Amino acid sequence: MIRVEGLKKSFGKLTVLDNLDLKIEKGGIFVILGPNGSGKTTLIKSVLGMVVPNAGNISIDNQPILKEWQYRGNIDYLPQIANFPSNLSVSELLKLVKELRDKPTRDQELIALFGLEPFLDKKLGNLSGGTKQKVNLMLTFMFNSPLVILDEPTSGLDPIAMLHLKELIRAEKENGKTVLITTHIMSFVEEIADEIVFLLDGKIYFKGSIQELQQMTGQVDFEHAIAAILRREHA
Amino acid sequence: MLKIMKYSFFDLIRSRWSFVYFGFYFLLGMTLLFLNNDVSKAIITMMNIIVVLTPLIGTIFGVMYYYNSKEFTELLMAQPLKRSTIFLGQYFGLALSLAGSLVLGLGIPFAIYGVVGSAALLSFALLLAVGALLTFIFVALAYNIGLANDNKIKGFGIAILMWLFLAVVYDGIFLISLFVFDDYPIDKFSLIASTLNPIDLSRILIILELDISVLLGYTGAVFQQFFGTSLGMIASFGLLFTWVALPIGLIVRQAKRKDF
Repeated sequence: MIRVEGLKKSFGKLTVLDNLDLKIEKGGIFVILGPNGSGKTTLIKSVLGMVVPNAGNISIDNQPILKEWQYRGNIDYLPQIANFPSNLSVSELLKLVKELRDKPTRDQELIALFGLEPFLDKKLGNLSGGTKQKVNLMLTFMFNSPLVILDEPTSGLDPIAMLHLKELIRAEKENGKTVLITTHIMSFVEEIADEIVFLLDGKIYFKGSIQELQQMTGQVDFEHAIAAILRREHA
Repeated sequence: MLKIMKYSFFDLIRSRWSFVYFGFYFLLGMTLLFLNNDVSKAIITMMNIIVVLTPLIGTIFGVMYYYNSKEFTELLMAQPLKRSTIFLGQYFGLALSLAGSLVLGLGIPFAIYGVVGSAALLSFALLLAVGALLTFIFVALAYNIGLANDNKIKGFGIAILMWLFLAVVYDGIFLISLFVFDDYPIDKFSLIASTLNPIDLSRILIILELDISVLLGYTGAVFQQFFGTSLGMIASFGLLFTWVALPIGLIVRQAKRKDF
């Protein structure tokens, strides 16, 4: 379970997270939505300890995590942009990440799933954007961590890889894991989300299921429901 | 930290630029030794090149590597690693590979020439040590500039200006101030001023070793007078190590507070 209390973060004069409180229960797929610049990535990065908050507390399973680092061994994180050291090969990078965690992995299964065998000895600098994203996904899903955080996982993927991604996410859920996702692709959200967390102006504007959101906004269509919130706020 | 260092190091020594850098020193060493046929003259020429070039390359590679590995750094940040581990690992990987290019690039020609066992061995070893120290200093300074500036262009600009200042402008200001304050006792001032610039410090250190007073210049002379040759060398070595340690400490400090 993730508990965020009174989280504040500003970059210069711009306040990105403003006294944000959030509780994410164990198990299920949670999608964080919000317009550009609403603080989705900042929130995720605060949980990962990549952003240092100005105030507030974050705890995972009742353990405070700010300024700690060992807890990250129990989180799988997919960063938004997949850029790796260009002179290392895929298998060398794989080896590095495995060495850093020292936990059992299922990399072979994922290599087969995404068809990465022909690229294993290729240098990362020579891979296409989509292939890099597949490597990125492999590195994320190969550990069996109880918390999975995906920042824009769909970018650059071909339709087949996209199908695999959805299957992977569902499988994680069935194993009782907590999956946290940010994305802008609404059809993707509709398909996989158990619960939605809608961020607006650095605060949680809405948290609940898609049905609840539709009821609240009086819109039948999910995409329109989201648009309705944004219009209401910015009218 | 060693794992990160190892990977950064292997990533870098296979890059084309490490070879170019190595090749440059190799050719330089070969040309100077075999055309000149005078080891101590070759060492002086090399010193003049090294005290300017290693800082420049260290600075450029430092900022370039910092900005290029940003996304990879983010990936490492999501792993159970301390921030200082990540940045110090990358820093040492880079500094060691650059220092390696220098030491091997110049060392091989000298070994072929037969410097081992000759009287010039100590001067030569000192030259390489100073080059390596300068690399460590300037890569650390460049890393600090990278950490402090998210804007690549700005970071690059500041890094180049820093090099230009320490390698060229500093001496100019120094000379002008010597002229202007000609009537005052400025020994202490010049002594302090020379310790504040690692490039000046390196130059003095090598010239003290070679014992060529003509090349010492004003600062060097004051230095020699103040410390004597052997103490002067120890003092300048100590100062150079301080110059390595301070920016590394600053890297750790900056890394702890930064948002990614």
